[in-house]
Amino acid sequence: MNKYAERLYNGIIKENPTFVLMLGMCPTLAVTSSAINGLGMGLSTTVVLVFANLLISLFRKVIPNGVRIPAFIVIVASLVTIVQLLMQAYMQDLSKALGVYIPLIVVNCIILGRAESYASKNGPVESIFDGVGMGLGFTVGLTLIGLIREILGAGTFFNRPFLSAIEGFTPITIFIMAPGAFLVLGFLVAGMNIIRKKMDDRGTPLAEPAGCLSGDCAHCGQSAMCTGKSKEGEKA
Amino acid sequence: MSTLASLMLIAVGSAIVNNVVLSQFLGICPFLGVSKNTKTAAGMGGAVIFVITIASFVTGLIYKYVLANPALLAKNIDLRYLQTIVFILVIAALVQFVEMFLKKQMPPLYESLGVFLPLITTNCAVLGVALNCVTFEYNLLESVVYGFSTAVGFFIAIVLMAGIREKIEYNDIPKPFKGTAIVLLTACLMSIAFMGFSGMI
Repeated sequence: MNKYAERLYNGIIKENPTFVLMLGMCPTLAVTSSAINGLGMGLSTTVVLVFANLLISLFRKVIPNGVRIPAFIVIVASLVTIVQLLMQAYMQDLSKALGVYIPLIVVNCIILGRAESYASKNGPVESIFDGVGMGLGFTVGLTLIGLIREILGAGTFFNRPFLSAIEGFTPITIFIMAPGAFLVLGFLVAGMNIIRKKMDDRGTPLAEPAGCLSGDCAHCGQSAMCTGKSKEGEKA
Repeated sequence: MSTLASLMLIAVGSAIVNNVVLSQFLGICPFLGVSKNTKTAAGMGGAVIFVITIASFVTGLIYKYVLANPALLAKNIDLRYLQTIVFILVIAALVQFVEMFLKKQMPPLYESLGVFLPLITTNCAVLGVALNCVTFEYNLLESVVYGFSTAVGFFIAIVLMAGIREKIEYNDIPKPFKGTAIVLLTACLMSIAFMGFSGMI
């Protein structure tokens, strides 16, 4: 396997941002009320991630270390604005359904996390593949969660009748409402815990969760902005 | 409707009915990460109230007088498309500034909130509130009330969650559900409870 295929495998399977690293939980919970929304959000994030990785990798030797985080934020925010305007122009329905969560891609920890841990240390081509892999991994995660919620909560499959075609089927509406998001993610985390335990026993442990769900800021992609200081705060 | 009544409606609506965590899913990270005990949860909640209120005021000012300045709009200079970039930079700078100011001028407040302040910089709730104020076309006063009450909603949710987590810590939970999974299921039940408020307005 060459290094580019390895980046894709790493993003989609080995370090899947949704299931393994558990990053970007706000959009994961908020926009997965249907599979289409999950897919749309995942792909928008992928576009931003790929171009952010490319630009940051190209500029990595120019950006001074001390101001790298603000510089990354400006790059990411510009890309997000472009994506947002394009969606408003060409995909109105999706843009309305996703609402404020499109501009909020700026604060998605996957993007700053990849910028900080990969793109700022590697060449542009590898970084693009890393972005594609991570983005597709995120897309797969969001679409799957959206699909589960949509099938149970509305009885449809990508907006086509599925379970609802069965006579006497009543959709469990709560799954497409806010509590359903917590419920599905809760069971997902529990399921991942079982798989994690199995992999540990087999001697091939999975990557640890890196995001806020681990409750450990030290591994967060945004830690460059905060941990150093929060450690100072703890010392004081 | 009188101004006061509409402000009350915004306050109750954003603090309880459309709770920022439990129905809008903003600020999930600190909600799950910093809710192990009520004392730190209250500290985090306090810091969020502090930052969001100031941030919604400052971003409101900037939007009104710079980005959507009528004088500029009249000359066909529309800067509103820059809102995401400007807001995130303003918020990041503001948090740093607030932190320095508190450290220098109000050490006791810094002691209780300081550790949490840097964590809030990229908290999506702060940016979300600023962007929502623009979408809902709130004026400056409404923006501040909306920001403050949204943050109060966050405070309520995180303190409640911390209280529940303290109680269930020694319960006999199936092994795979220990940790984050049971917290998410608890959040699910809290979210159902908060849905009950939706008839209020």
